Amino acid sequence: MRNLSLPRIGTPHIGTTERWLMAVIAAMCLFLALTTDSFFTLVNLFDLLNISAVNVIFAAGLLVVLIAGGIDISFAVAASVVQYLTAITVEQFGGGNWAVGFLVASFYGFALGALNATLIWRFRIISIVVTIATFNLFFGALMFFTQGVSIYDLPDWWLDRIILVEFDTAIGFAELTLPVAVMIVVVAATWFLIRRTTPGRQLYAMGDNPEGAKRVGINIAGMHYLAYGWLGVTAGIAGLMQAHYAQEVVPNALYGRELDVLAAVVLGGARLGGGRGTLLGAVLGVALVAITQNGLNLLGVSPYAFKMIVGAVILAAITLSGSGMTALLGSFRTRPERAVP
Amino acid sequence: MSRTSVTDPAPRAASLGSRLAALGSTGEVGGLLLFLALVVLGFSLATDRFLTVPTFASIAFQLPELGLLTLAMLIPILSGGLNLAITFTANISGLVLAWVLQANGGAEAGMAAFLMGALAAVAVGALVGWVMGAIIAYTGAHPILVSLSMMIFLRGLGEFLTRGGDISGFPEFVREIGHGWFLGIPVPLWLLIGCVALWHLLLSRTRLGLTIYMAGSNIEATRHSGIDTRRTLMLVYTLSGVMCGIAGVLMLARFNSVRVGHGEAYLLITVLACFLGRVDPFGGFGRALPVALALLILQVIASGLNLLGANQHLATALWGVFLILVMVIRYLWAGRSARRT
Repeated sequence: MRNLSLPRIGTPHIGTTERWLMAVIAAMCLFLALTTDSFFTLVNLFDLLNISAVNVIFAAGLLVVLIAGGIDISFAVAASVVQYLTAITVEQFGGGNWAVGFLVASFYGFALGALNATLIWRFRIISIVVTIATFNLFFGALMFFTQGVSIYDLPDWWLDRIILVEFDTAIGFAELTLPVAVMIVVVAATWFLIRRTTPGRQLYAMGDNPEGAKRVGINIAGMHYLAYGWLGVTAGIAGLMQAHYAQEVVPNALYGRELDVLAAVVLGGARLGGGRGTLLGAVLGVALVAITQNGLNLLGVSPYAFKMIVGAVILAAITLSGSGMTALLGSFRTRPERAVP
Repeated sequence: MSRTSVTDPAPRAASLGSRLAALGSTGEVGGLLLFLALVVLGFSLATDRFLTVPTFASIAFQLPELGLLTLAMLIPILSGGLNLAITFTANISGLVLAWVLQANGGAEAGMAAFLMGALAAVAVGALVGWVMGAIIAYTGAHPILVSLSMMIFLRGLGEFLTRGGDISGFPEFVREIGHGWFLGIPVPLWLLIGCVALWHLLLSRTRLGLTIYMAGSNIEATRHSGIDTRRTLMLVYTLSGVMCGIAGVLMLARFNSVRVGHGEAYLLITVLACFLGRVDPFGGFGRALPVALALLILQVIASGLNLLGANQHLATALWGVFLILVMVIRYLWAGRSARRT
């Protein structure tokens, strides 16, 4: 099942998983547009974008680590740590502004990512063990030092809502806010990194075959710092945006988000084990989960049933996804022919 | 990592003594025992309340919940996968038992109702595992993704069914199972000892055990050697589900209530215990006994920190630091012995 799909430069290529997701999402959108009044309105679609922005930013960063053959589950709590550190630091600087905020959050995010990279590369510990450890370390330390206390008095620039686009529709204002713009910038930058730069191609190479990558002279250490550092920076920025959106810094606000984002990104076709994954897939994965939740909300389903249905949708999507379907159909023709991962 | 032949994990050595000696010489059990001794020594020097009967009684009562879940995690890891749904499978199994008890008179329910409920709980655990195993085996989807979405689904299902509350009001003898003594050993510990022995025998003495190790080492090669790897994978996750069911029954007896989310914090610790017990994260290598020993070490540390009055969150952070230290020391140690030979 090693399906080496390096990005084809120049020709826009949409993979099987992505096409399946698009079809499923399109079907869901059609269904929701027909059954609810409010789904297919600009207000709701823009809200969906505003709400999903943070998860998409996380997903873009996580995708880079997955492509490089690693896994990281500490990024969401790292983002919470960054929120606190950034809040404290900008206070020291006498308030700061967005530029300082992004710089500081990126710096702390990179530092935490680099800590993971150091442990993974320098001591040859596999990434899931390191990030389980740093997950506990970051979260425990954060809760211990903050005593679980939230920060509400953030500087004005951080809290003031920035509206980029605004339409006055019949049912209210449809607004796109700052997190959406940041999401677009992060996705574009990540796309440029993995599709248009040499280190980006090398990340795919390392994820697909680490030994081969080492032998052709790819700087494996550098690649680790690039991948985990990139995720750290995007996580830091996502943390900054989440605090902006929620208007507060709460120590456990992002706790548990890592698994949701991981499920969405892998659903989008990134392979756990490295070497495969596209940004389109990652974004579609997040979109599928977000639209499911949004749709359930609009259909008036009990919030208690949300997670159950989202989980069932992901399970169904895996079972029916492109490769899964092929394997399933193949299995009826030739019994024990195709293999498991 | 020293990778030896595939048959190595299941040696047909003669006596227990020579087996233990062989294990000791590889530093597996010996190293862990030494480590355990150091931890006990450290805590008994730190506080004179540590080397007392109540401390060890509390360890003996707390260990089994975590232990059964770790056994549920162990077999999937050995097969080259992971089961992130263990705690919620246990919760759902506990719910099934709770309903059977309630349907048969609640606090007045008899032993027969309990046995029937426990059987139903284990059956539901097995069913959940079987579904995961079937999806993994037949679609080739990654176990992390499948079990992750199953986890999200089960958590949602449980929250939906219980509306986030607890279920309690069980007969008195159920409490006895969770808190009673039998032949000077706590009943839950008997259960754990039995399950560890079962897993040990299964892995070292049965054909299935051998195929699990083979599948974890190289699933392609295993399939080519004529083994039905799909059946193996389905059995692996079904057995994992069975163990979750047993854990669910025990958790009900211990807490005297069922709540979705009970034991959620154990998830990462079970992974930690497996890796500390020298299970290969990529599958194929590892034994039940060192994992049980690693669990004991973790529980001793947890109880010791608790006795020292450490903040719960500080303890979480220390878990992380501790795991990193163990892995770093192991790396340095491996480097030292590699240079020597």
